[in-house]
Amino acid sequence: MLKLLLGNRVAAVAGLVVVAFVMLAILAPILAPYDPNEQHPEAIRAAPFWQADGESRFLLGSDSLGRDLLSRIMYGARISILLGVVVVLLTLLVGTGLGMLAGYFRGAFDAVMSRIVDTLLAFPFLIFALAIMAATGPNLVALVLALAFKGWVDFYRVARADVLAAREADYVTAARGVGASTAHILFSEILPNIVPPLIVLAALRMAIIIIAEASLSFLGIGVPPSIPAWGTMVADGRADIAGAWWIATFPGLAILALVLAVNLFGEGLRDALDPRMRQ
Amino acid sequence: MWGRFLRQRLLQLIPVLIGVSFIVFLTMHLTPGDPIEHMLGQAGRITQEQIDELRAHYGLDRPLIVQYGLFVGNAVRGEFGPSYSHHGRTVRSVVAARLPATLELTVFAFVIAIVFAIPAGVIASLRPHGLFDRLATVGALLGISMPGFWLGIVLMIIFGLQRHWLPISGRIDLALVPDYVTGIHTLDALLTANGPAFWSALKHLALPGVAMAAPMAAMVMRMVRSSMIGVLAQDYVQFARAKGLPETTVVGKHALRNALIPTVNLVALQTGLLLSGNMIIETVFQFPGLGKLAVDAIAAADYPLVQAVVLIYAVSYVLLNLVADALHAALDPRVQIA
Amino acid sequence: MAAPLLEVRDLNTCFSTYRGQLRAVDGVGLTIERGETLALVGESGCGKSVTALSIMRLIRRPGRIVRGEVLFAGEDLLRKSGGEMRRIRGGRIAMVFQDPLSTLNPTFSVENQIVESLRIHRVARGKEARERSVQLLEAMGIPAARERLRSYPHELSGGMRQRVMLAIAVSCEPELLIADEPTTALDVTLQAQILDLLGQIKEERGLATLLITHDLGIVSQFSDRAAVMYAGQVVEEAPVAELMEDPLHPYTAGLLRCVPRLGRPDVPIRPIEGSVPDMIALPPGCRFAPRCPEVMEHCREAVPPLYDRGGRRMVRCYIYRQRSFRQSGANPTGRPGAC
Repeated sequence: MLKLLLGNRVAAVAGLVVVAFVMLAILAPILAPYDPNEQHPEAIRAAPFWQADGESRFLLGSDSLGRDLLSRIMYGARISILLGVVVVLLTLLVGTGLGMLAGYFRGAFDAVMSRIVDTLLAFPFLIFALAIMAATGPNLVALVLALAFKGWVDFYRVARADVLAAREADYVTAARGVGASTAHILFSEILPNIVPPLIVLAALRMAIIIIAEASLSFLGIGVPPSIPAWGTMVADGRADIAGAWWIATFPGLAILALVLAVNLFGEGLRDALDPRMRQ
Repeated sequence: MWGRFLRQRLLQLIPVLIGVSFIVFLTMHLTPGDPIEHMLGQAGRITQEQIDELRAHYGLDRPLIVQYGLFVGNAVRGEFGPSYSHHGRTVRSVVAARLPATLELTVFAFVIAIVFAIPAGVIASLRPHGLFDRLATVGALLGISMPGFWLGIVLMIIFGLQRHWLPISGRIDLALVPDYVTGIHTLDALLTANGPAFWSALKHLALPGVAMAAPMAAMVMRMVRSSMIGVLAQDYVQFARAKGLPETTVVGKHALRNALIPTVNLVALQTGLLLSGNMIIETVFQFPGLGKLAVDAIAAADYPLVQAVVLIYAVSYVLLNLVADALHAALDPRVQIA
Repeated sequence: MAAPLLEVRDLNTCFSTYRGQLRAVDGVGLTIERGETLALVGESGCGKSVTALSIMRLIRRPGRIVRGEVLFAGEDLLRKSGGEMRRIRGGRIAMVFQDPLSTLNPTFSVENQIVESLRIHRVARGKEARERSVQLLEAMGIPAARERLRSYPHELSGGMRQRVMLAIAVSCEPELLIADEPTTALDVTLQAQILDLLGQIKEERGLATLLITHDLGIVSQFSDRAAVMYAGQVVEEAPVAELMEDPLHPYTAGLLRCVPRLGRPDVPIRPIEGSVPDMIALPPGCRFAPRCPEVMEHCREAVPPLYDRGGRRMVRCYIYRQRSFRQSGANPTGRPGAC
């Protein structure tokens, strides 16, 4: 009992951390001590406040342009979370839709889809996203498409497999027997049953997308430089790691904290929604 | 039997490779930014004729589908034409020069990940929720939640800058480069019995290797752990004990082999991710491999080079899956290979 | 009379669960003479499999053997070292399990799994081990035994797998065979074949057998004596014929009434009312008391001891308090186990 409770408690704490990050992102204009792009030429690479030479004005220190790291990290949460949500929703809708169709109708559509999926799976995602982004330059629409390009495949596979199983299930046969339409069977009978694994997958995909976006931004081809983003901030700090370790370290810690919380929350969800997947 | 299996699987790869090559080709050509202008960017004033001449030289004036046909025909022979950004060199020679470095780093990271993950997963599974298991589980969660580039930088700060234990960039101490045999420094150093070169190359591999291996080790560890827990509860494990086998044989032979079956495919998938990790880690550590080459080629709009590198990654990924399927069939007699 | 081959005394095995200690085996005592077959009967969850695993010292966390003695040829197995115990397992005591498909390792060939036993117990190796394997499979009635060596378990039928498992079990000439529900996973015709084979093995090799089953039909055909377990305790022990004809314990009688009797349509089938007790929060008195049709006030207060009725008959029931020769067996006072 204690162990179950503890497991849930971990997921609950993780959920709270995720909510805290979301609040931080939404309330950044109110909570952040400075404008994220405001430069303080007199305080370049200021150390965090607990360091001997730290400045209490900049709690986590400042970067090479004298911008407040804490404010930038708060604002950085916005783009990470926004892109994560948009990309996951997009891939969830596309992948689930195609997966349900392929699983339910099978035949030629399924065959073509499985070829496409095989091809996409063989694709080195990051390099491809890099190529698209390099061609278009950093812009958010291209970034969303690059991140979504391969991401829908996971939803597709889960949805397809679950629908394949469900269409043989007794409750579907029964619905068909009483003359329900295909649309009714797909959306009212099958969909509710495959939602839990898709929600779990969405949470776990969110973690992956946040890291992928940060990676692209780190390489300078993700979020446009005018928007504060964690990956870009780590890249900015890379040149200063010898003298000002905090510039690259703290934004990365923010990524780690958010992704860890999302992962833990997702796994808690999985345990709660789908007892079969419990280890 | 195996010959047929491999032949069949190789045939299945053809449509995938055609798909990949087509997408690669298309994206490179439909994107804005003219490579010729890019090439001539710094060359001062150029006449339109000269531009047209260069276009014709690189075949950029032909219809798209013809260009694709040429591209595939050449790609099969390993020819990607001249590189736009490495003047006077073919893509093939540029890639060939970088391939050994990436191969070395990737194999090194792979070995670290496997050598660490499988024993850790097995030990964790022997006492679920024990101390080791808890530590390993937390470590694995951190491993999959950490961006590779950041882990690389943190490792650099700690082991390269604060303690000067390990080098933070490059492949090897340039004064120690071993005689060329394969281009893989550690291997060349071993073959020529060059101790200092081997040690230097190994030290240069350590940080990027660990940064690259971390997420893969984490995923594989979790997989081995959970499938071992499942397998250890099976009757055949208890029967193996009832036969009087020592616990090492029970776990190492009877349980592990069964637990590795689902792990093999995950390892292939993760190795694919390892390959994409190349680019980031090589960029962070200024490691002169294919990944860094790709990032630089993209920045320089060097289409042929980007195409070649993407194709190399795609083909390796596809072959990896083939190896995984073969390994799966070898481990599990229930899989029909015919 | 020589010492019995196996004598289990006051065996207690507990499992730690998140709700508390589960006393799966509570003061069990058993005796098996050389060449004899003892059936251990009871519903699923009564502790009969845990008893068998305890004898083999195969109880794994969160379970542990808390107290007792397992005297095998006069030596206490619970005091043996790990290495000594491994030599006994599969060597002098063999065990077969319920489901042969899940008991044979799917990833190793039949040959590998038989030879492995022969090698570890230094019975045979190399070419000799291979020949021994063929002989064993033939002795188990497997046709084309030599070809079968290369087969994997999934390529064999259910009955064939059970024969392979038996071949492995008897490969090192054990003195005692523990068979845990050996026929439950098979259909009726196969059951009969495998039981015949078991009988034949027993006959030829003079093997003593501990047969664990919930099937009273098998018990009467196949064993010499039977011990009935209920909620972790032995409640009755008797020679099989007498147990069947004249069950003493109300639970045994109830069990027998659950089985349709061939040629006796006049005897109605009657299920036992109620359900098995919660093994973690056991009732203070007799464990069967809540379901017992003959329950007395005293039954709910203290666990009854095993009463020796003479003629190798024992029963754990207060009905026989006055009419018994003496209290006997393990845990004679019915004192609670040591968890």
